[in-house]
Amino acid sequence: MPLKILVTAKRVEDSESKIKVDAAGTGIVKEGLKYKINPFDEIGVEEALRLVAKHGGEVVVVSVGTKDVHEQLRHALAMGANKAVWVHHDGPIDQLGIAGCLQKVVEKEKPDLCILGKQAIDDDQGQVGQYLAEWLGWAQATFASKEESLESEAEKAKTPAIQLAADGKSITVIREVDGGLLTVSSPLPAVATTELRLNQPRYASLPGIMKAKSKPIEELTPAGLGVDVGVKLTVTKLAPPPARKAGIKVPDVATLVDKLKNEAKAL
Amino acid sequence: MSRAAITDLYRIDDLLSEEERAIRDTVARFIDKEYLPIVGKHFRNGTFPMELVPQLADMGVFGATLKGYGCAGLSNVAYGLILQELERGDSGLRSFASVQSSLCMFPIHAYGNEEQKQRFLPGMAAGKLIGCFGLTEPDYGSDPGGMVTRARKSGDEWVLNGSKMWITNGTIADVAIVWAKVDGGGAESIKGFLVEKGMPGYVAKEIHGKFSLRASFTAELAFQDVRVPAKNVLPGVTGLKGPLSCLNKARMGIGFAAMGAAVACFEGAREYALERKTFGKPIAGFQLTQEKLADMLQEIVKGQLLALRLARLADEHGKVSPEQVSLCKRNNVKVALEIARVARSIYGANGITDEYPPVRHMLNLESVYTYEGTHEVHTLILGKAITGLNAFGN
Ligand SMILES: Cc1cc2nc3c(=O)[nH]c(=O)nc-3n(C[C@H](O)[C@H](O)[C@H](O)COP(=O)(O)OP(=O)(O)OC[C@H]3O[C@@H](n4cnc5c(N)ncnc54)[C@H](O)[C@@H]3O)c2cc1C
Repeated sequence: MPLKILVTAKRVEDSESKIKVDAAGTGIVKEGLKYKINPFDEIGVEEALRLVAKHGGEVVVVSVGTKDVHEQLRHALAMGANKAVWVHHDGPIDQLGIAGCLQKVVEKEKPDLCILGKQAIDDDQGQVGQYLAEWLGWAQATFASKEESLESEAEKAKTPAIQLAADGKSITVIREVDGGLLTVSSPLPAVATTELRLNQPRYASLPGIMKAKSKPIEELTPAGLGVDVGVKLTVTKLAPPPARKAGIKVPDVATLVDKLKNEAKAL
Repeated sequence: MSRAAITDLYRIDDLLSEEERAIRDTVARFIDKEYLPIVGKHFRNGTFPMELVPQLADMGVFGATLKGYGCAGLSNVAYGLILQELERGDSGLRSFASVQSSLCMFPIHAYGNEEQKQRFLPGMAAGKLIGCFGLTEPDYGSDPGGMVTRARKSGDEWVLNGSKMWITNGTIADVAIVWAKVDGGGAESIKGFLVEKGMPGYVAKEIHGKFSLRASFTAELAFQDVRVPAKNVLPGVTGLKGPLSCLNKARMGIGFAAMGAAVACFEGAREYALERKTFGKPIAGFQLTQEKLADMLQEIVKGQLLALRLARLADEHGKVSPEQVSLCKRNNVKVALEIARVARSIYGANGITDEYPPVRHMLNLESVYTYEGTHEVHTLILGKAITGLNAFGN
């Protein structure tokens, strides 16, 4: 049963960049930042590619934002996604707006399954997958994970963790819950969101990177899709985590043990 | 490691296409995540990271500039950037890729017949067949034309006798491209033989005691009456031109590779200098350290531009002259070696251990200085191009 899978590719700040809060205290300093695909989304792309490698089908990747998101769309295309949809929006947008755009793209593309990151690593809102499933009226399997480790043979063989039923009409997803795993089954179409341990995304092949150039990117706009992207949720304050105190050097093991015991109370 | 923005002071990035940058960044991510955490262990133990070969093959690194036969068909610039990142990891991994791609797959692609290409290239691109390149001999390095390894025709076979020295990947190779003089001929008679693992009379022995390129296998190959079937001779080339054309390819990549090692040393030394304090302030705050760092960056910017220009010339004109290649190899390896040494000094005593990268790169670059044409040989190639006078031997 070939599957059509829709995945997302949000453009986020690279976690290796040094993030500084801006003067207004509601945003970050953008100069010198590097960007990448949201790692949870990248895991979604990988899972979708594994599913279509096994069952046949196609992977459509979507991103909402400025022209810069082409870089993330091309990243997913280079990994092997078949085509991309760019919802062109230059101004501010919140999770409601993004989910609204995705809903319309889904209604247009009619995928069997949507795989999104459970959250994006920039603002950690973790809302979009849930809104999308709700508005589509689809079941949702959040925090998809798996039993095997990322060092397992199944992982090396790029086996999909999301199971498709033999009749192609439902999926089984293993979810990470506090202290354990919970297996759920849902009819298709459905929405799944990814946990970090779902898979280890592949490195794009270098010919894949070249081929991505000629794969289509369809341009849409929120207005064209009939979506109101007026922002409802605004950031009112952004504060960096408290700075870590400088470490100290101790002259010998005895002092170390003493300090761990009496100052850090770690022993 | 996060890359320092200052390293690309001249925005050389803007001279690359979006795809070239994406290719470089993909390999860079691979090196950061998969190789840097284990490189110290391999260098210390004198082992090569075979575990990375399947992943590199999946990415399309081997024979990346070749067309067809499962190869990626990338430009020389893209290939150079790949080598730069591999060498930023370690020269051993980069040497493996250079040997597999430029020295083994290239001659089969350029000088092999269809049957040979089908038999070897897809497996080599997939990393399932490993190649090595046997030109240097115990008594003939800089002057390969003097080689004494010989093949004599006997019916439908060639009988090969002789030995090769300093052969990268020798002990792990499934196929060795061995250059030998045929019958009673001189350098003009040299032919390439595809000697396969297990052919009776062919032995590869690991060379021990290396202080350089420790995370790479280097072997001595011996051939005693090895019977090589005629179908294993490369039909498309005769004379020194065969091996030298392979080297011309490989040396172009080395211009990029040396900059990879230099960048690793520069960025590491910069970070270290900002953190290490003496006399109550970071050593980066002393003018003497700043001069070291300024010299390093200046040479990196120049070297990267040289390498990029050379590869663009190759992409635009289909080939580059040996003297164009010599200038870049000669400059870039020399400055990279100097950068590694100076970086080593910034690390103080820490710099002599394998906990930090500069001494490893410094030791590796001593090999790179010598192989693919020694620094001196490249001087002579340039000297001859400048003056028209040959200063090699008599
Ligand atoms: C780690 C490593 C891996 C290698 N891998 C391979 C491989 O895979 N395949 C392969 O075929 N070879 C390989 N080599 C061999 C390498 O190519 C040779 O070492 C190199 O060509 C130099 O030869 P030589 O060591 O015999 O030095 P020599 O030729 O003996 O030179 C010694 C010194 O004399 C100088 N010299 C020589 N002639 C002249 C001259 N006319 N004028 C001025 N100076 C001169 C040289 O520049 C050098 O400084 C490898 C070497 C190393 C170290």
